[in-house]
Amino acid sequence: MKNDQKICLTVNCAPHIHTQESVAKIMWTVFFCLIPAGIVSIYIFGWACLWIMLTAVLSAGFTEYLSCVLQKKKSTLADGSAFLTGLLLAYNLPPHSPLWMVFLGSFVAILFGKVLFGGLGSNIFNPALVGRVFLVVSFPALMTHWPKPFSVDAVTAPTPLAIFKDGFSGTNVLADLSVNSYSYLDLFLGFRGGCIGEVCIIALLSGALYLLVKGYISWHIPVSFIGTVAIFSWIFAGGTFFRGDFIFHLLCGGLILGAFFMATDYVTGPMTKKGKLIFGVGCGLITSVIRLWGGYPEGVSFSILIMNAAAPLIDRFTMPKVFGKLK
Amino acid sequence: MMLSFCGGKHLSSYKQLTKDKPIKDFPLPKQVVLPLIQHIGAPAEVLVKVGDLVKTGTKIAEAKKLISSPVHSSISGTVSKIVDAPHPVLGKCKSIYIDSDGLDTFDPAIVKRNNYANLSKDELLAIIKSAGIVGLGGAAFPTCVKLNPPCPIDSFIINAVECEPYLNCDFRLMLERTEDILQGILLVKRILNVDNVFIGIEADKPQAIAVMRTAVRKLNLAIDVVSLKTKYPQGAEKQLIKAVLGREVPSGKLPFDAGVVVNNVATILSVYDAVALSKPLYERVITVTGKALKEPANLKVRIGTKFKEIIAYCHVGTKPVSKIIMGGPMMGLAQFTDDLPVIKGTSGILLLAEDEGCEFEQQPCIRCGRCVDVCPMRLLPYALSLCAQKRSFDLARAYNPFDCIECGLCTYVCPANRKIVEQIKLTKIVLK
Repeated sequence: MKNDQKICLTVNCAPHIHTQESVAKIMWTVFFCLIPAGIVSIYIFGWACLWIMLTAVLSAGFTEYLSCVLQKKKSTLADGSAFLTGLLLAYNLPPHSPLWMVFLGSFVAILFGKVLFGGLGSNIFNPALVGRVFLVVSFPALMTHWPKPFSVDAVTAPTPLAIFKDGFSGTNVLADLSVNSYSYLDLFLGFRGGCIGEVCIIALLSGALYLLVKGYISWHIPVSFIGTVAIFSWIFAGGTFFRGDFIFHLLCGGLILGAFFMATDYVTGPMTKKGKLIFGVGCGLITSVIRLWGGYPEGVSFSILIMNAAAPLIDRFTMPKVFGKLK
Repeated sequence: MMLSFCGGKHLSSYKQLTKDKPIKDFPLPKQVVLPLIQHIGAPAEVLVKVGDLVKTGTKIAEAKKLISSPVHSSISGTVSKIVDAPHPVLGKCKSIYIDSDGLDTFDPAIVKRNNYANLSKDELLAIIKSAGIVGLGGAAFPTCVKLNPPCPIDSFIINAVECEPYLNCDFRLMLERTEDILQGILLVKRILNVDNVFIGIEADKPQAIAVMRTAVRKLNLAIDVVSLKTKYPQGAEKQLIKAVLGREVPSGKLPFDAGVVVNNVATILSVYDAVALSKPLYERVITVTGKALKEPANLKVRIGTKFKEIIAYCHVGTKPVSKIIMGGPMMGLAQFTDDLPVIKGTSGILLLAEDEGCEFEQQPCIRCGRCVDVCPMRLLPYALSLCAQKRSFDLARAYNPFDCIECGLCTYVCPANRKIVEQIKLTKIVLK
């Protein structure tokens, strides 16, 4: 640098280097890790799934964009979080959901689940689950319309968890059906009735494995969540104590999707490792209790939403001990 | 399990730029600028006036207060002016300009001391004080004060971690002046009168660990060369003590409260130079580096040499320079000009090219918890950041801002590009 040469220097606070990570990269990575489960669902339930996913993703994006325009804010579409919410909502819907309902769900998820709280980072509840629960309580019939896998003529069949519940609670409405008609392999591959994104366990696990290896999610919530459900259903879900078919309970319903992709949402979960373990155990307990004795056959969404509300409290009680503090 | 502390993160080191470059003597500058404050504490008081002739090593400003440090001329020549000049840490500081006579005649007081093994503790401390030695790791706390702790201590740790990316000056010193460093350690050990002596080196510098261990064995010394997990900020004093001794320095206290004194390895070497060669601290080794430079190097430069001369010596490449940083990339200070002198605390000059800058738009916190995971002080950086953003500084008090060591790791890992450490620094200023 010569004296006469003008130099233009940036002066700012250290650090002067930064990780390559960004919010958008995180959101899109999770998005792409969910894709395999979506592809399998098209194979199992037909093209309707694709239209539902597209509708959900695009209408979530549309709602996000619209809210930015109305708030006269710079568009936050690029961070990818709205699209991820849309996809997660789609994964939580039955395979033949009408598209107007999908749009409504996405709209509610983004607007009431996120924007009204102040946008990304400020929401208390997982937006996709807010959308789903809104639809479950508003359109109970449509939200429990489960087509049979590989059926062309929209034959419906109850989900394995509904069959289990029927037998467990002694209602015996579906007495001609048995949970034993599903092999573990069927359940593992996703050949059963259920929501679009929840059925194929192997596809979900492969995506989740990538997220774990790359450090986008930590093992704490999934392991404690799934572990709690396993132990709880092993103890209580059988006719007598300690006889429950816990593998069935892990493979059914939205547990894997919820534990790896929804309970691990950064914004609505606790931040410390200890907090995450508590959060996961809480989710597992509530899920199991709803599954066994609640009014719904499946409780993953409700358990995560309830624990979302508890997350600030958990954070408060699991504050790490500051280095060198005696307390 | 390798010794370490909790939190922290392994960073890309960029050390290969200058790792294998032996220390070169930087040519004698035509002029040096010597600020009166190059240390923590009271400014030194000027002993010379404009027009005075000085020699290399002549004391030109004296420490009159307890916590202060004298300044020595780093070249021989004439005092040309004593005015305010740009300063890499303080922005501006009263400084003594010396124009070189090109001869580099040494002050007659600089002679080899042969009997230094017999000096008493107080004599050694006096030599260290009068040589103007301060911590060369960056903080620049007067060494004579540090070596005279107010309470009994039992351990002495030599900080040879150099965990900042890019910097290699300590690493090169360990390879090139191994035995002098050990002699320096023995001197300080005598001053402190301790038995437990450790040299902490990160495991990614196996060469340095090997040469130090070999030399320790050769001289049959009771010094433990400890290999530490490569993780930033391993070289932070509190984290180093935790890793080596398993002790946590109590919150708000100093290392001697945990019975430890920590000194940087370059400081130890300057103690040796001051005692054995009676050479005051008028030069130091710095790493001049960055991809923006064609010839990054490890240079022995006279204190007061201008950044721009050093940068020109290392040849700026074709990419435009966007940042000049004194120190490393994690805690170094970005400068507004290159017309600055090297001071005692300058461990490196880092130049970043335009495409290496990290000015990103700050996004909302997504509570991912990365900052909590890496914080070496186990704070909740995101919470401090949110408090500062909302200007709720009183609320921030509950999250222990004063325990923050400002290592910058939270800001480094934040995917939302939040300027967390900047906000914590602001919080500290407001709450003080």
